[in-house]
Amino acid sequence: MKLRIKRRRFGQLMIASTLVTAIANFPQRTFAQKKLLSPTPPSSMEASSVPVKLRVNGAEHALEIDPRVTLLDALRERIGLTGTKKGCDHGQCGACTVLVDGRRINSCLTLAVMQEGAAITTIEGLAQGDKLHPMQAAFIKHDGFQCGYCTPGQICSAVGLLNEGHAKTDDEVRELMSGNICRCGAYPNIVNAIQEARSQQT
Amino acid sequence: MKLFAYTRATEQDVAVNTVSRNQSAKFIGGGTNLLDLMKENVEQPNQLIDINSLPLSKIEVTRNGVRIGAMARNSDVAYNAIIQERYPLLSQALLAGASPQLRNMATVGGNLMQRTRCYYFYDTAMPCNKREPGSGCAAIEGFNRIHAIFGASDQCIATHPSDMCVALAALDAVVQVQGPKGDRQIPITDFHRLPGDTPQIDTVLQHGELITAVDLPNLPFAKRSHYLKVRDRASYAFALVSVATALDIENGIIRAARVAMGGVAHKPWRAVAAEEILVGAKVNQETFRAAAEATVKEAKPQKHNKFKVEMAKRAIMRSLTEVGEMA
Ligand SMILES: Cc1cc2nc3c(=O)[nH]c(=O)nc-3n(C[C@H](O)[C@H](O)[C@H](O)COP(=O)(O)OP(=O)(O)OC[C@H]3O[C@@H](n4cnc5c(N)ncnc54)[C@H](O)[C@@H]3O)c2cc1C
Ligand code: SF4
Ligand code: FES
Ligand code: FES
Repeated sequence: MKLRIKRRRFGQLMIASTLVTAIANFPQRTFAQKKLLSPTPPSSMEASSVPVKLRVNGAEHALEIDPRVTLLDALRERIGLTGTKKGCDHGQCGACTVLVDGRRINSCLTLAVMQEGAAITTIEGLAQGDKLHPMQAAFIKHDGFQCGYCTPGQICSAVGLLNEGHAKTDDEVRELMSGNICRCGAYPNIVNAIQEARSQQT
Repeated sequence: MKLFAYTRATEQDVAVNTVSRNQSAKFIGGGTNLLDLMKENVEQPNQLIDINSLPLSKIEVTRNGVRIGAMARNSDVAYNAIIQERYPLLSQALLAGASPQLRNMATVGGNLMQRTRCYYFYDTAMPCNKREPGSGCAAIEGFNRIHAIFGASDQCIATHPSDMCVALAALDAVVQVQGPKGDRQIPITDFHRLPGDTPQIDTVLQHGELITAVDLPNLPFAKRSHYLKVRDRASYAFALVSVATALDIENGIIRAARVAMGGVAHKPWRAVAAEEILVGAKVNQETFRAAAEATVKEAKPQKHNKFKVEMAKRAIMRSLTEVGEMA
């Protein structure tokens, strides 16, 4: 695997300049065909935005977004949930991990438009009021972080791991948490935290 | 990323027709490879047809084996009880690939179609015949540690990165395809191509054709099978070399054998020479060594990947030893 840690400051938002060419390329004939999908955005693409409803942590968000916006950027830049982090933007670090219908995924490699109708849970949605999710509490108790940048992804991933139920031993936890890189190397404490949360499961 | 029009398909026919009419349209499954490449402007579709709502994610037992729907997620296939019991090498190969998050997203169809991880292919500043036919191959004279040792051409020396496909090659799986002109079946070993003079074409799938399922034939001895992956770190890395093996053993004699390799060629590499040596031979280290040596005899390594030849040999022997020792 090629590690490509390029930080994109403007990320998905730097789109306006490419718009014109894209409109020019867009094949007009697709609109005329019968039994073909009428593409979104519809014939006038000048707006280049599509309506998308996202259900995040139980709340509905009606957005108008460019179809290129990833779920990660929609969460952070549009909805304002900045708990989910962008590390690599290429599926290689796990900082952007969120739960979609209870399953952990990398939010940088899916489009927001693809997640309409799904139940998305981010780090902000794990606690119940002031009561931390047991995984959050375990990370604090075991000091499962240093700088904290990877932590939201680690915790969401760990919650997904417990939902999946395939890890018992420390080695299995390590292997099934390998999708989350910690640059600070807090791995031993992360494993301890997850094992404690796992043992408290009913 | 170039702008595209997005639509979610709910009918297979409509999805197929829409993509066939537009040379620049693409299906999107999990998105884990396509979006990655679109962010780098390596792929620039102007229309994406989201096939995630198509009812193609079942894993079912058929008369002739097991059918895996093209939209089944890699993790669901890997943890499926029938797959684990009948085709452990496939489950192991899937679990050796990517990360749990990516496996939850990645589909079987997308995994088959994933593109090479050659760094020059990803880097639009570099020449690459696969990305831009005729521009040259930066890897041949460049850094080629991860590249092919079998079946490369003077146009491209890339490898196919999939783990799943190596197991499918060992199992003689069949890819089910729906196209604008009807359905067809493609044996897995014919599905991916060698680069030759047209490295831009990875597979024999035509534009607009939709993968609907993968069929695994009944293969009782596949219970005795193994997937070994050698990589730069213990997990979450592509294979330098991988081996899928299955042996049918009776009274210490091998009656049938399957050996396939990953990370060594532009397609999952079925080691036919090894299989020929194994069949009829005794289960012992000499047999396994002979099979491994026969496989690497035709290897043509590049400047930086000579280590792969010895690594391939040892990986074959180790995987066969594992299978040989299974009760
Ligand atoms: C960081 C990282 C590490 C990885 N490590 C590994 C690894 O170790 N081993 C490994 O094997 N893989 C690895 N992968 C690759 C991963 O397995 C693939 O990205 C994934 O399988 C692609 O599936 P998808 O559904 O996301 O495909 P998409 O990205 O949705 O699509 C990929 C291509 O397939 C086409 N396509 C999708 N579905 C169909 C269909 N039904 N019919 C026709 N065409 C279709 C699309 O048009 C597109 O061209 C890794 C990926 C990343 C990002
Ligand atoms: S090996 Fe193939 S993919 Fe890599 S640079 Fe050469 S032509 Fe491109
Ligand atoms: S930001 Fe690194 S995996 Fe998504
Ligand atoms: S705590 Fe700093 S990267 Fe993990």
